[in-house]
Amino acid sequence: MTAVLSSGSHAVSAAARTAPDTALSVTFDGVGRSFGSGADAHVVLRDINFEVRPGEVLAILGSSGCGKSTLLRATAGLDAASTGQVLIDGTAVRGIDDRCAVAFQEPRLLPWQTLQANVAIGLPKGTSASDGKAKVSELLKLVELDRFAKHQPRAVSGGMAQRASLARALARKPGVLLLDEPFGALDALTRLKMQDLLLDVHRAAPATVLLVTHDVDEALQLADRIIVLGREPGKPGATITQTITVPGARPRDRASAELARMRGELLASLGVDRH
Amino acid sequence: MSNSYLTGSSAVPGGIQGPPAAPSRNTAAAGLLSKSWARVALGLVVPFLLLGLWQLVSVLGVFSAVQLPSPGAVLTSAADLIERGELGTHIAISTQRVLTGFALGAALGLVLGALLGLSRLADVLLGPLFGAVRAVPSLALVPLLILWMGIGEDSKVTLITIGAFFPVFTTVSLALRHVDKNLVEAARAFGLNGIKLLTTVQLPAVVPAVFSGLRLALAQSWLFLVAAELIASSMGLGFLLTDSQNNGRTDRMFLAIVLLAVIGKTTDALLGVAEKWAVKKWA
Repeated sequence: MTAVLSSGSHAVSAAARTAPDTALSVTFDGVGRSFGSGADAHVVLRDINFEVRPGEVLAILGSSGCGKSTLLRATAGLDAASTGQVLIDGTAVRGIDDRCAVAFQEPRLLPWQTLQANVAIGLPKGTSASDGKAKVSELLKLVELDRFAKHQPRAVSGGMAQRASLARALARKPGVLLLDEPFGALDALTRLKMQDLLLDVHRAAPATVLLVTHDVDEALQLADRIIVLGREPGKPGATITQTITVPGARPRDRASAELARMRGELLASLGVDRH
Repeated sequence: MSNSYLTGSSAVPGGIQGPPAAPSRNTAAAGLLSKSWARVALGLVVPFLLLGLWQLVSVLGVFSAVQLPSPGAVLTSAADLIERGELGTHIAISTQRVLTGFALGAALGLVLGALLGLSRLADVLLGPLFGAVRAVPSLALVPLLILWMGIGEDSKVTLITIGAFFPVFTTVSLALRHVDKNLVEAARAFGLNGIKLLTTVQLPAVVPAVFSGLRLALAQSWLFLVAAELIASSMGLGFLLTDSQNNGRTDRMFLAIVLLAVIGKTTDALLGVAEKWAVKKWA
């Protein structure tokens, strides 16, 4: 566990105490991904080498199309790396990995099922009916949807659907929680609330979190470390151009001067002027 | 499928408010239209007006009784056929042929449609063949079917099966190919695959499409029934049509046409009830 986490408030130290039980490390070992072959090959990612510590929250930043989601999909086993490999807890990912759970940018809930039934889809195989039921209602409570368990996705707001999607991912009791711009499509106010909720969730069910985002503030607010994906001149595809350790225990002051300075630097590295 | 819950866009922050209120339907006309008995009654208004017009035209003698018999004459012919015990036989055998052919065709359409919709390999192997067979006007197969199977029940039911097959096959295979890829990927990410993925995500997603295919297929079945019975039969509503034509019994021809309309609409309505139930459950 990082120094950042263990020196935090009582809630954070609670996470540090239970984290080693479930959170798993993720290792990117020379990961590269290209699409097509021969002369038409299009390199998206190359030479990703990084070790994510168990229980850590890692934000993956980068401009759109730089391969952030590709890296996440390779970790989930939804896609396979062209070169190198992704290891979870020391063993390589081959196909859909049941140690991971994914929450996507869109809720992707089954529209004909209730929120409750949708969350239950996340339960690991072999969960008994009674355990599953208890787990689902516990998770719905955690994401404050217990009153809407019997609603269908179309009857609730986008933020609520996204919380159900998060609960579905947590139902899997994942060692690694993969979040692909999970709050990207939400309005600004809902997004801030969801970020706080994610911190609560991380305390309650510690997992290693890989958070893909293009929101610099979100990364600074949530992550222990941030990696920035980008191109290096003269080389194809994106790779890690910057690794940043974010100081301070969570929840962090959104108005902190130090974070403001880091935000400026990160935006500059993503090619945005500071103004 | 509405899109707002998928994109997650929302004008109001989640966490505080309840679900959006259902749109209010409080105008009088909308209230009346929401009652099923009122809808049925309104749907009968124009048919009864036409019936009245028919009666008026035949009373005025605009056409001869051979060209256009009166509604009363058609009723009398019905009573006559019932008395002789023939009408029930015609209706029963026609309905039996349609239901058997429709059930076979729809089942084959579902299975093969699912196969080609889900498997790229099956689609590449069989897609062009089915496309070519579909391009043959099915009635062109009648002489061949009669040659192979004789003029008995088999050739008729087979023709109806072919007629019912293609609408179901086409809609199911297309709909399965267009199931929201994001939903399927999400389900796969949670470990669903094979049969479980099919029954949890893909089949429920295509329920509305399956039912539009089934309703098309049922209409097509009645069409092919009449075609088969017109060409070679000794019973059934299509036989009643040709037989009456040969004997100059226009009243019986009208009777057969009206019966086809009523029975066809009834079977379609029954399917509509099943569709409502299924869509409510899955879509």
